Amino acid sequence: MRLEYFQLIDRIVDLNLTGLTIRCEATVPTASTIFEGHFPGYPLMPGVLLIETMAQTSGWLLVAANRFERMPFLAAVKDAKLRTFVTPGQVLSANAALKHEGSGYAIAEANIAADGNSVCDATLTFSLIEFPNAEMHKRMRETAANIGLPTGAPADG
Amino acid sequence: MSSTFDTIANIIAETCDIPRETITPESHAINDLGIDSLDFLDIAFAIDKAFGIKLPLEQWTQEVNDGKATTDQYFVLKNLSARIDELVAAKGA
Repeated sequence: MRLEYFQLIDRIVDLNLTGLTIRCEATVPTASTIFEGHFPGYPLMPGVLLIETMAQTSGWLLVAANRFERMPFLAAVKDAKLRTFVTPGQVLSANAALKHEGSGYAIAEANIAADGNSVCDATLTFSLIEFPNAEMHKRMRETAANIGLPTGAPADG
Repeated sequence: MSSTFDTIANIIAETCDIPRETITPESHAINDLGIDSLDFLDIAFAIDKAFGIKLPLEQWTQEVNDGKATTDQYFVLKNLSARIDELVAAKGA
């Protein structure tokens, strides 16, 4: 994870385009300026970043499922539950499953676990639109390659 | 038509917290009921599930933007009900 850059997914561990599920791995950094304020003397991964981690996990699933033709933008967060504290250095397993894909939108159910324990879960709604520009499309493909998007979802074709 | 309309009206009432009695077949989802695009995603999801269809929102939006259709054709609830009936019939054909 590079918190300051909002790069919250380190690696895609499993992507199933038949069952439309994904599992990603992300390690919370041991040091970050964010921990200086959240909280002084008691560093915790902010809950909003856990929700963003679930959104990015779901987002990669949707990008892959749409073969890089659509970009998912987070539109709604429902039933978000932050069940336990996450501290620097913890390894997170972030999972998402596509619940429904409609016309121009999708709904995913996502969760994060750490050390076998449930950390958080939520139902996320995304707007699916064409990539706003070629630069973003290119950068998303590069990031996808860096985090190991499996070849089942073409990152370069 | 009435059962389709009733299902839609109940979905809108529940999703958007709009009194059910204020929702009529003549109501325009956007202009009369004040439903915005984000709330309409929730409604579309509920309609998709309830009827086993996929509302072609993108196609409708494109047609409106291109001047080929008016929002009344898709978002006045009696018309929306008719579109849904057509989609359900097409699915079963």
